[in-house]
Amino acid sequence: MSEQPLFKVTIDNITIEVPAGTTILNAARKIGGDVAPPAMCYYSKLQGSGGKCRTCLVEVSKGSEKDPRPMPKLVASCRTTVMDGMEVKNITSPKVLDARAGVVEFLLLNHPLDCPVCDQAGECHLQDLSYEHGKEGTRYEFQRRTFKKHNIGPYIQLHMTRCILCYRCVFVADQLTAKREHGILDRGDHSEIATMIEKSLESDFIGNVIDVCPVGALTDKTFRFKNRVWFLKPMDAHRDCPTCSGKVTLWNRGDEVFRVTARKDEWGEVENTEDGKPAWICNTCRFEKKQTSDWVIEGPRMISRQSVISQGHYAGNIGMHKPNETFSAVHGGRQPKLMMDIHTASEVNKPNIELSLINGPAHSTDFNSKKD
Amino acid sequence: MQALTNRAKDVSRKPMSFMESLYLPAIFKGMAITFSHIFKKNPTISYPEQKRPFSPVFRGLHVLNRDEEGRENCTACGLCAVACPAEAITMEAAERLPGEESLYREEKYAAKYEINMLRCIFCGLCEEACPKDAIYLSETFVPASFTRKSFIYGKPDLLIPNPKTDPEGYEKARGKAEPTTASAASPN
Repeated sequence: MSEQPLFKVTIDNITIEVPAGTTILNAARKIGGDVAPPAMCYYSKLQGSGGKCRTCLVEVSKGSEKDPRPMPKLVASCRTTVMDGMEVKNITSPKVLDARAGVVEFLLLNHPLDCPVCDQAGECHLQDLSYEHGKEGTRYEFQRRTFKKHNIGPYIQLHMTRCILCYRCVFVADQLTAKREHGILDRGDHSEIATMIEKSLESDFIGNVIDVCPVGALTDKTFRFKNRVWFLKPMDAHRDCPTCSGKVTLWNRGDEVFRVTARKDEWGEVENTEDGKPAWICNTCRFEKKQTSDWVIEGPRMISRQSVISQGHYAGNIGMHKPNETFSAVHGGRQPKLMMDIHTASEVNKPNIELSLINGPAHSTDFNSKKD
Repeated sequence: MQALTNRAKDVSRKPMSFMESLYLPAIFKGMAITFSHIFKKNPTISYPEQKRPFSPVFRGLHVLNRDEEGRENCTACGLCAVACPAEAITMEAAERLPGEESLYREEKYAAKYEINMLRCIFCGLCEEACPKDAIYLSETFVPASFTRKSFIYGKPDLLIPNPKTDPEGYEKARGKAEPTTASAASPN
């Protein structure tokens, strides 16, 4: 690696030296911040990903030191490697911003925009992308495309209408699992993620398609409709798992584990373990270990302050540290006299209904006293 | 310290004059003001027989809305709860079963929805946050009560009557017939 020449590349007037063969996107990510173009389909941990969604388009205003002509069209930064002396414009180019707004409009053409129902809302890359780079409104006037519903097993919920065809899940199924059972059927705007003959996806690592999906097309069925992500506490935890690294993020409410995901970095990708491999997690860790006692909790997961997930987690004080009750110590052992125990009046969060232990979404039958 | 306005007056420390030390002139002057109010218009009304019209933007008790077919609008998206500065709103979501399509508008709905009226500050941010037109602040007060329990409003208390089965109750709860200050000012 050390013999590789270092190329000097300038992105948005910030110069950085990267090894030859680095893509513009990865060079920009080394600088970080707003300079890094958004990416919906590129996933650095999956070979062959990228080049499909066109959200990472950048303008190359100077090809290289030897050939200073600009590139005639905007290029996909995830697939274009840097050249020595290349100058790239991302957010400083009005052309790029305009093109990106167009790309967002295209991605949202057939998107149902059912964010209030969708479990991905709050951590959805398409939501972030359209807020940051999109325009208000669409010019599309036709019926949005819909699909026949596929049931792909007890763990993963597929919502084909939300899919943006980034192919990340196909790469996961291809590269992580022994036998690929799902992929893209049909072509053009009919193409859909599905299994060929109503197969359940039961390979050991197939749950990772949930983590790589940038939208809510593939979501965790065991977490479906249980809670919104921004009401949950993300906690780093690990367990001794024979099949995977066992390093996960738990999404807790109180002491209940509502959801288990892999740990994600600032680009929304799965973090690496110490040995430099992506910390994919297995289905057992993801879907079956929903007890706090299954896990060794390391501490609160730091979430970007700008994310809705960190709302209410004042000053980063999210954790398992319950506040110390000082009342009885101060009042000579006397317990505080409660005006009302909320559970005597409230129907929500009943101690005898543990939502996290229900397989799949809750139904009206799961609540003791049926309303309406 | 520099005064912010020039309206401050120094307190007078002079000893009272003879007329002032009698107090009577000042007392009669005060009583004259008091008695003159007997002949003025009475500003109080006898609630609840008589009611003042509300402003059309009055923010009172919440209602959970239904669409014209009587299905609940709420999908338990949690935006009202996240917008609530008093953290008064809690909910639990559930998936609609086949056969419940006439009850809930979308595949996800709020199985439990609660507003703690002891915490609520009636700011109306839940109404503003709602993407589904599901929650509204109506033009009624939260009734007074002797127990704390009765201020935990669940779905049966909040839901608007079904327009299919109870059209009169639905229209009444919408409150369109009630006079407001806007309709009193411009009669149309």
